[in-house]
Amino acid sequence: MLDYAFRRVLWVIPVIVTVAAVTFFLMYRAPGGPWDREKTLPAATMQRLNAKFGLDKPLWLNQQEFAERRSEGVTNPLVLISAITDSQFLNYMTGVFRGDLGPSYASKGAETVQQLIARKFPVSLKLGIVALVFSIVVGIPLGVVAALRQNSWLDYLSLGTSTLGVSVPTFVSGLLLLLLLSSSFGFSPIRSPEEWAGFGPAYILPGIVLGLGTMAFIARLTRTSMLEIKRQDYVRTASAKGLSSQRVITGHMFRNAMIPIITILGPAAADLVTGSIIIESIFGAPGLGREFVESISKRDYSVIMGTAIFYAVLVAIANVVVDLSYGIVDPRIRVRR
Amino acid sequence: MSQATMTLATEAPAPTLPGTLGSMRAPRSLWSNAWRQFRRNKLAIAGLIYLTFLAFVAVLAPVIAPHNPVQSDLRTAGKYRQAAWIETDNPKTAGDWSYPLGTDGNGRDVFSRLVYGTRISLVVGFIPMAVIMVIGIPIGLMAGFIGGTLDNFLMRLTDIVYAFPALLFFIIMQISFGDTNIGRLLNGLVLLFITLSIINWTGVARLVRGDTLALKEKEYVEAARASGASAWRQISRHILPNALGSIIVAGAFIVPGAIIAEAVLTYLGIGLRPDVDLNAPFPTSWGQMIQAGQTAYRNQAWLLIAPSVAVALITLSFTFVGDGLRDALDPRDQI
Repeated sequence: MLDYAFRRVLWVIPVIVTVAAVTFFLMYRAPGGPWDREKTLPAATMQRLNAKFGLDKPLWLNQQEFAERRSEGVTNPLVLISAITDSQFLNYMTGVFRGDLGPSYASKGAETVQQLIARKFPVSLKLGIVALVFSIVVGIPLGVVAALRQNSWLDYLSLGTSTLGVSVPTFVSGLLLLLLLSSSFGFSPIRSPEEWAGFGPAYILPGIVLGLGTMAFIARLTRTSMLEIKRQDYVRTASAKGLSSQRVITGHMFRNAMIPIITILGPAAADLVTGSIIIESIFGAPGLGREFVESISKRDYSVIMGTAIFYAVLVAIANVVVDLSYGIVDPRIRVRR
Repeated sequence: MSQATMTLATEAPAPTLPGTLGSMRAPRSLWSNAWRQFRRNKLAIAGLIYLTFLAFVAVLAPVIAPHNPVQSDLRTAGKYRQAAWIETDNPKTAGDWSYPLGTDGNGRDVFSRLVYGTRISLVVGFIPMAVIMVIGIPIGLMAGFIGGTLDNFLMRLTDIVYAFPALLFFIIMQISFGDTNIGRLLNGLVLLFITLSIINWTGVARLVRGDTLALKEKEYVEAARASGASAWRQISRHILPNALGSIIVAGAFIVPGAIIAEAVLTYLGIGLRPDVDLNAPFPTSWGQMIQAGQTAYRNQAWLLIAPSVAVALITLSFTFVGDGLRDALDPRDQI
C-alpha cells in the first residue's frame, strides 16, 4: 500500500511536466507578444523589457551562452550546464517547480502570476466549497431516497432532477436562473467587492449553480449503488438476523454505497474548476476563473499559462487523494493491490 | 405469454432442432434485441425523435427560417423587438408574429438565427465524434490486443489527459491557433473540430483497450485463435463486434460534450467568429447567440432564453438517447 501510494504521488511530477510543456509550447506560438498595445512601444523599450524578463534568451537551449563559456576556457560542468539550460523554456519549467510562474505582463511585471493566484483563488475556493457542500448535502439524500422508494414518484422526481442536472451545462442553467431571478424578483448579480471579501450570502447562488452538475451526478451514482447493494447477500443476512430496517440502511447499505461516491470527487474537482471559469464570469465573482477569462481577452499569456498549470496541479492532486482514500475506505481494494 | 409464443412460432418456418428447443421463435440477433430494449425506453425514443427533427431543421433551414439570419434590417425589424406575444407601447419593439422570437441588437430575426444555429450544433457534435472514433478505436484495439509499449504509452497518456481539465486545453488551443490560417477556415469551425478531437480520443482508446483485454480471453476468441484465425480476423470478426455496444454508448455521450464545449468556447469569445456573409451555410451558432443574449437580456429576454433552451434540449436529448443505448447495449454498469 505504501509502495503504491509513493508511486502514485510521484506520478504527479511527469503529469505536471507534460502539462506545463504543452501549455508553454502552445502559448509561445500564440500570436502577439506580451508587449502588444494599441500604441506600439518604442523598440528600445521593448528590448529593455525583453531583457528584464529573459524573453531575449533562446527558446529551448542556450547554445550561444554555452559556446561563449567554452571559448572562455570554462570546464566546470556545473557552469556549462547552467549556461546551456539558461533558456526561456527551461527557466520557466524550473520556475514552475519552485512555485514561480513568472510576471503578469499585463501588469508590466508589477505582480507575479503566483501573487495573482494567491489574491484571486480564495474567492474560487469558497465558491467551490459551497458547491461541494451543496452537491453532497442534496445529492446523497436525493439518491438514497430514490433508491429506497424505487419507482415511486419520489424516485422519478429525483431521477428527473438529476438527469436535468447532469445533461444541462451549468452555464446554461446559470444564465437561465439569473434571468428568471432578475425578471421576477429584480435580482441583480452585481455585488460590491466587500460582499465577496467575507464568506457571505453572495456565495450562495453561484455556489449552488456551480454545484448543480456534481449534485446530479452524486444523486445518480448514490441511487445506482444503493440499488445494487440492496440485492447483496450481506444485506439479506442483516435483515434476516433481525436488524431493524433503519440499521440495515445506515449500517450496511449506506456505508458501502458511499465508496463509489469517493471516486467521482476527482472528476468533480475538474468539473468545479472548469465550471468556476464560466460561473464566476456570469455572476461577476472576482475569483481566479473570471481572472482567467479576462486574461484571455487581455492576451496576458503568462497568466493564462500559469493559471492553467495551477488548475492542472490542483486536479492532479485531487485525483491522487481520491485514489489513495479509495484504498483506505475499501479494504477489499487494498488487499488486491 | 403462451399465446405470444404461439404466434411467433408460426412465423418461424424451420423447426429443425428436435423437441421444444428449436420451434420457440425466430432467432433474434443482438441488434434486434437491443432495438427492442431501446424502444421500450420512452424518453430515449423522445430524444431520438427530437434529434431527427433537428436534423431536418438543419437541412431545411433556408425553407423554415422566415428571414435571412445575417441580414441586418433595423428599419422594419427594429432593434431588440420583443417576442411575438409580448406587447409594448413602442411599435418598433412590440411583438410581431413575423418575428416570432423578436430581433437582436442588429435587427436580425432571433428565430431564423436559432434555426440556422442547429446546423453548427449538429456538425460540431458529430464530426469530432467521428474523428475520435476513427483515431481511438484502432489504437485501443492495438493497445489491448498487442499490449507492450503502445499499451504503456496509451495508459500514461490518458493519465495525463485526465489530469488536465479538457476545457482549459481547449481554451489554450483556441488562443494559440485562433489567428492562424487553419483557425480562420470556416470561421474557426475547422480548428474547433481539431481542438475537440485531439484530446477525447484517448478516452475512447482506453475504453476499447479495456474491452479488448477482456474479450481476447473469452473462449470464443481463444477457439478462433486455436483454429488458426489471424490476428486481423480475431479482431475484426470477434473482438470489435462485441466491443461495439460500449463504443456506441460512449459516442452518444461525446456528441453533447462537444456541443457544450463549442457553446462555452464561443461564449468566452474564442470559439467561432460571427459571419457577415449573407449566404453563409453556417452563419451563427447557439453559443454566439447566448453570448449576445447575456449582454442584452434586459432589453430582449428571448435573445438569451431561446438559444439557452435550445442547448439544454439538445444535450438532454442526447442524454436520454445515451441512457437508452446503454440500457440496451452495454448492461455492465448503469449510472
